[in-house]
Amino acid sequence: MNRFVESRWLGAVAAVLCLLLILPLFAPEFYIYILALILVTALLAMSLNLALGYGGIYQFHHAVFYGVGAYAVALMITRASLPWWISFIAGPMVAALTGLLIGWFCIRLTKLYFGMLQISLGSLIWIIVYRWYDFTGGDNGIHDIPMPVFLMSTNSVYYFILAIVAVCLIALYLIVKSPFGATLQAIRDNPQRCEAVGVNVRQHQLMAIVVAAFFAGVAGVLFVGLERSVFPNMLFWVLSLEIFVMCLLGGWFTFAGPLLGAAIVVALRTFVSQYTDYYTMILGIILILLIFFLPEGVMGFILEKSMPRTQSSEGGR
Amino acid sequence: MLSVEGVSKSFDQFMAVRRANLTVPEGSVVAVIGPNGAGKTTLFNLITGQLKSDRGSIVFRGEEISGLPPYEICRRGIGRAFQIANVFARLTVFENVQVAVLAQQRKSTHLFRPAQGIAVAETHSILESTGLTGQARRLAGVLSHGDQRVLEIAIALGSQPKLLILDEPTAGMSPEETATTMTLVNQLAKTRGITILFCEHDMDIVFSVAQSIMVMQHGSTIIQGTPDQVRQNRAVQEAYLGGGDA
Repeated sequence: MNRFVESRWLGAVAAVLCLLLILPLFAPEFYIYILALILVTALLAMSLNLALGYGGIYQFHHAVFYGVGAYAVALMITRASLPWWISFIAGPMVAALTGLLIGWFCIRLTKLYFGMLQISLGSLIWIIVYRWYDFTGGDNGIHDIPMPVFLMSTNSVYYFILAIVAVCLIALYLIVKSPFGATLQAIRDNPQRCEAVGVNVRQHQLMAIVVAAFFAGVAGVLFVGLERSVFPNMLFWVLSLEIFVMCLLGGWFTFAGPLLGAAIVVALRTFVSQYTDYYTMILGIILILLIFFLPEGVMGFILEKSMPRTQSSEGGR
Repeated sequence: MLSVEGVSKSFDQFMAVRRANLTVPEGSVVAVIGPNGAGKTTLFNLITGQLKSDRGSIVFRGEEISGLPPYEICRRGIGRAFQIANVFARLTVFENVQVAVLAQQRKSTHLFRPAQGIAVAETHSILESTGLTGQARRLAGVLSHGDQRVLEIAIALGSQPKLLILDEPTAGMSPEETATTMTLVNQLAKTRGITILFCEHDMDIVFSVAQSIMVMQHGSTIIQGTPDQVRQNRAVQEAYLGGGDA
């Protein structure tokens, strides 16, 4: 990316950040809540995109790591009575460990077979959570999870989420720009070639799954902070499909694309659902139009228009 | 440097490579020739670990390498350019080579440190020696076929190989591109001291560049010798060169 384009993007990011910081001063509480939900969902989608868009890994059941992170926090606070801050730190780690376990089995397979095995293993965790009433609350989930005083108001939770998401996005950006990120993109483009230049493809894919699961776990923890509840649908494959759509919609070869995709999907779900029960049908229509007219997503289209085709774009790195 | 002895590989009932033998001395340029379907690419796949042999041994610098995964074989010093351009289409030319250099330097798992500042000098040096400096910022996917083939070689050089295997390096190239590529291959052998093993259909190239030629037919080795020995071999003339015209 040349300096001019880079400075333009930095300017845009700074402007968005300023806007996000001052919004609670004048926006209604409901919109601040929706914005916080968008930030959490955006982090979830961007964590998936590290594996999917940058690594070419068919991570079909990413929601399971989000749910595991959230349930880990909920269970540690409600069942083990651990302090909130220990639970908040441990949640993403439990998600990363789950990623390591599931990934260890799945990386032996490729593409669709990888995705199918991941859906199977993820669904196994979902059914345990769904059925184990004594421990996880079963299909009722866990509600009224105690939170520290400073996370009791919508605005304070929003600022907390904004700060954590900002840190996570910076970390994800650094990872994408690191030697690991570069190698991951090379694996996405051509795994056979990567092996032939000395890259242990499976090791890198497993690392990507673990890192993506960690950040999905962070998103799960933030969701608990926002909702003070967890429920089994957080681990259900339908949510995984929705996150997948967010990546495709925003642009899975771009860094910021999934953020945009998450914003569109959450906004649609929130506002369109007020008028019709057929929100998913509208999402389906949008997806069909996207496949035909914007195969690289909204952000991919914007980048293509704003940069010469022959140069490295965000999609490249 | 490389010794292949009695290596075989079957796919179901079809025996693609049949007790093949090949010797590649250090510092030499060795060619493998044979008609289409003779087993040349399969032999290369066996050497570089893309396929596992059914029997026989492949020894590289005194170590048995058959059965090792491709990345382990690459780390031991065998680089490879593929028959069909095999580049990282969505990365720039610079990034294509840098990925190989990062892997060779065992830095490909580094997180949080910008790749921009790592292995830059080594990558530029390879781009310069392969004439790709002017294309460094272009996406590999938009390069011409000839440039993609050269990039293939540049990527292989990124892993700093002792032995470089080139699978039909001039396939699909114009006569000018072919001449440039073969000059480059010769230069690499001389200036970087890289041993070259390649297969090629253009007999003019083979007999002008190679110091040793191995001829394959139906997966077997007919002969390995100097260009003159190969020219004069009756079995080769009958089987491949068409009655001694080579």
